[in-house]
Amino acid sequence: MAIALPLEATPTAAGDPAAVAALHDLTVQGLTKAFGARPVLRGVDLAVPRGQAVALIGANGAGKSTLLRCCLRLIEPDLGQVGLLGEGVTSLRRSGLRRLRARVGFVFQRHNLVGRSSALTNVLHGGQARHDGPLYWLQSLAPPAARTEAMRCLDRVGLADLALQRADRLSGGQSQRVAIARALMQRPELVMADEPVASLDPSAGEEVMDLFVQLIREEGLTLVFTSHNLEHALAYADRVVALKDGRIVLDAPSSALAARDLAFVYG
Amino acid sequence: MASPLQSPDRFERPSVVTFLAGAIALAVVVHAFSAVGISPVRLMEGIPSIGRILGQMMPPDLTRLPQIGSALLETFQMALVGTTIGVALSLPMAILATRTLSPHPLAYHAARAVISFCRTVPDLVWALLFVIAVGLGPVAGTLAIAVDCVGFCGRFFAEAMEETDPGPREALTALGASRTGVVFSAVVPQAMPSFIATALFALEKATRSSVVLGLVGAGGVGIELKVAMDLFSYDLAATIILAVFALVVVVEQVGARLRARIL
Repeated sequence: MAIALPLEATPTAAGDPAAVAALHDLTVQGLTKAFGARPVLRGVDLAVPRGQAVALIGANGAGKSTLLRCCLRLIEPDLGQVGLLGEGVTSLRRSGLRRLRARVGFVFQRHNLVGRSSALTNVLHGGQARHDGPLYWLQSLAPPAARTEAMRCLDRVGLADLALQRADRLSGGQSQRVAIARALMQRPELVMADEPVASLDPSAGEEVMDLFVQLIREEGLTLVFTSHNLEHALAYADRVVALKDGRIVLDAPSSALAARDLAFVYG
Repeated sequence: MASPLQSPDRFERPSVVTFLAGAIALAVVVHAFSAVGISPVRLMEGIPSIGRILGQMMPPDLTRLPQIGSALLETFQMALVGTTIGVALSLPMAILATRTLSPHPLAYHAARAVISFCRTVPDLVWALLFVIAVGLGPVAGTLAIAVDCVGFCGRFFAEAMEETDPGPREALTALGASRTGVVFSAVVPQAMPSFIATALFALEKATRSSVVLGLVGAGGVGIELKVAMDLFSYDLAATIILAVFALVVVVEQVGARLRARIL
């Protein structure tokens, strides 16, 4: 098998769980998930240290998106442990899970914006991570400080002038920028992104990825993203983790890899 | 030379079960025609009577136009208030009756059952019940319309919410929003055009219903129509029918224009 580098080259979730969790924003141990009779994740182990950017790569159906969703229990794992920002995700009850999710920004492939709402309202929704109640449902109801913060987030992604534009009238690139602004509005400690530029053309994808990673670095956040684009994985991540048939088959620093080392993942 | 391409059969040959089901359905319909006693002979015999009544309706009697206008206004007000109350009650009921939003399967099934019950009992029966409960007058009619509206709007609101894109809901859930926050931030805005269109349909339906509800004493212009018919004042009845027609047409036209703008 064409594993480019030994797995020991980068941190894993092996060892004393408490010690590992103290140093890492994300730890995954023995994570297993099947949809019906089809196994998607088969005992995945992974540890992501604070501040690191990790790219998850793999063919369609390799388990990348499922892994990310299991980390937040958007999909319930069948077996295994997930530690996120020092908390055991798998043992949390509903309210605890909500509080933990609030600390994690998640950017989706299809943006997942509310199309009929304005860009500003969509960004403001990120504030629901910290506040319950109707004030964060609509920009017109929001307190002045929240509106100012949401406008600042929009400004950081270069869309302050489109604040009142309906989300379904934005281009794909603009929509993904709004989704990034929504994640920033959360004031997250860690950001996950599921193929954040897969629905964009190469030029817009590059632009959005540049901006996205730059903002993450400015905030000093941990980043875990999935991608089919090997160049993006190598350029924007500190570390590349490859999944194949639900197992990690490569885990190495991106600086030690070239695109040809990763081709076997899609073979 | 290649053999000519053969076209498939235009219609599939029905299975025995399909054929039997069709035959039974046809028999039921024929029996129903026979049971209600509808026949071309009776229809032909009725035509002169219809002509006589239409003759007596002309010209319409306009002497009671102010009273009819007042009753018609009351009819519309019953429809408007009943629909408003019904729509307000329908939203929480529909949220509970939406599979993806309901907090518990019991709440889901209970809400579905209430909505079904409100819908299956005819509005005239609700009106009779409310006349007994709160007495004659527009309050009974308004309540009957509200309950009927819950049956109508509750079902369509729930269906509209079930058909919304799950993406924004997942995004809000992923960022730790409350269940209520997810519903009102991600689901309701997406379903809003459908809500408004359904509410306008409900208002049109309520306007037509509120005329009939008057026949059982639940307020509005219906009682005027009943009295006119009972006293064989067909010319007065013609005025009332034309006034009701005008009201329904206006409500439908305004509703259609609003729907076209929103959708």
